[in-house]
Amino acid sequence: MLRFLARRILIIPLILLGLSLITFSVSRLVPGDPVKLAAGPQARPEQIIRLTEEFGLDRPLPEQYLMYMTGLLQGNWGYSIGNRREVGPDLITYFTATLELTIVSTLIGIAVGIPLAVVSARWRDRWPDHFSRFISIGTVSIPVFWIAIVLQIIFAQNLRLLPVSGRFDPRAPFPEIYTGLLLIDTLIAGNIQGFLTALRYMIIPAFCQSLLVIALVTRQLRGDMLDLVRKDFILVARANGIPERVIWLRYLMKNALISTVSMLGFVIGFELGGSVLIEYVLDWPGIGQYALKAALLLDFQPIMGSTLFIGCIVVIVNLVTDLLYRVVDPRIALS
Amino acid sequence: MATAPALKPPNPSAFARWRADHASQITDLRRGVYRFTRNRLSVIGLLLVIILIIIAITAPLWIPYPEDVTGSVNMAQRLVEPSALHLFGTDDAGRDVFSRTIMATRTSFAVGVIILTVAITIGVTLGSIAGYFGGVTNQVIMRLTDIMLTFPGIFLALAISAALGRGIINATLALSVTWWPGYCRLVEAQMLKMREEDFVAGARAIGASNRRVIFRHILPNLLTAIIIKASMDFGFAVLSLAALGFIGIGVLPPEPDWGSMISAGRRFIPDSWWYSTFPGLFMFVTVLAFNLLGDGLRDLLDPNSTVR
Repeated sequence: MLRFLARRILIIPLILLGLSLITFSVSRLVPGDPVKLAAGPQARPEQIIRLTEEFGLDRPLPEQYLMYMTGLLQGNWGYSIGNRREVGPDLITYFTATLELTIVSTLIGIAVGIPLAVVSARWRDRWPDHFSRFISIGTVSIPVFWIAIVLQIIFAQNLRLLPVSGRFDPRAPFPEIYTGLLLIDTLIAGNIQGFLTALRYMIIPAFCQSLLVIALVTRQLRGDMLDLVRKDFILVARANGIPERVIWLRYLMKNALISTVSMLGFVIGFELGGSVLIEYVLDWPGIGQYALKAALLLDFQPIMGSTLFIGCIVVIVNLVTDLLYRVVDPRIALS
Repeated sequence: MATAPALKPPNPSAFARWRADHASQITDLRRGVYRFTRNRLSVIGLLLVIILIIIAITAPLWIPYPEDVTGSVNMAQRLVEPSALHLFGTDDAGRDVFSRTIMATRTSFAVGVIILTVAITIGVTLGSIAGYFGGVTNQVIMRLTDIMLTFPGIFLALAISAALGRGIINATLALSVTWWPGYCRLVEAQMLKMREEDFVAGARAIGASNRRVIFRHILPNLLTAIIIKASMDFGFAVLSLAALGFIGIGVLPPEPDWGSMISAGRRFIPDSWWYSTFPGLFMFVTVLAFNLLGDGLRDLLDPNSTVR
């Protein structure tokens, strides 16, 4: 166990180093001058030269890379040319918004996905199965930015039930931040009104994001249950007269959930970076939106920062998932 | 049945001989077709895919307003509601949304094919090398794959195509270079298993070169798995291209593209709801068709599913 852990942890810096090299090359080797873009068309030449020097963009690329990485090791994520703010604190703020969205949508995904999978496997190749497979294939096929717009039109503009976009009512006082997760922060502060507001802003983005989770959970769990249903222990259970309901809910679902849980870890990692489209459409102030804005401006320190930050998180989430998987199911060798 | 020697005509035609030689493959194929058709959803997917491919190929011949596909402007016809004349209505420059949606199928499919071709070429090559030779080569290639997989593809594709600049070629490039790791991992895992098989040892024993073993003996066995992954990926490739177009860094207007049409139509919601709705709906059906087909194909190859 310890050796496995050590090997997995030792490889993390290597992966991050590779990731930093790739993003650095992508963000710096492209045509186009980030300083000119940020300074605007009216900038005087000496202004541009000063900015270029300030950000070290006049030095050779390897030196720029080393400068960035030494800064990073000292906990300095650099500055944004675009808004002249430090990248580090911004990353945390934007990331917590993405994290909150991810948590809520994953919960929705599990709550809908598990029953769908059980029904689907239980009545395989009958109409409940067709229905649930159609749902799970349908949900991954919907262009997420399109369904977000459709929901906006229906629920925000026509029915006026939900806010159009954003994370919190701009007219209301922004809740005090403890954890960065608004749903929790408002509850800690006992601010029920704020909690409901945050919840209303959460519904459309979380629903859109949960579509992918629903599909993946249903597919994985259905497949695993169908694998298990042929196993001898199920035959024994049936022979002993254990009711079908108990077999499905206790014997099959519990065993099959192991790999679903481990898959969820990877899904969460994916959602943290993959929510960029939803964040863009629904103006959710998450890390994907932050990175996208930076990419459009060629603002390279925020691009590097957000890429590496998400990379770190994904690697850690994957490691924890892997470990959990092995703890839950000791049959898996720690190779 | 027809393969039994007693039933053979005295002078078998070339076709009959071919059938006799490939009897087991034909039986397998028949069984596969039977199992595939048992799943109605996959059959619907297959039919839709065929129709969509025909649409993509023949579109220029029959779309009602070919001139609207390029940058023509007709302000008199601006934002007209859907009718018999304009099935999906018109956009803010008076162009027929139906014609543009249909023509976008063509662009999307062409780009989808390019993305997957590049991704499969890179992925299969790297995966074969890593899996077959193992050792340090494997470590280097697979760690690189891990790095690429750490990252949600769309995120990196966005960064690359934003950095390279707008346009369909850069978008295609960005998606191609982020798409290969999945294939690399698939081929590597299979290759690791296959290289221990007896038929590989046999091929090596009679002096086949590494290249011959990989390309002639092992890869053909992986073909089905690759095709299935490709059929499931195609829908997502099309979707990702539209996503880049939506953000404004993919296909450039006036070239028709589902993503940029949806994005442009947003400004005219809710009065001109058709502008964003129909391209999105059409794209949904396209992606759905490929996913249904891919799902059916995957079920077919799943060793756990039996003939019922």
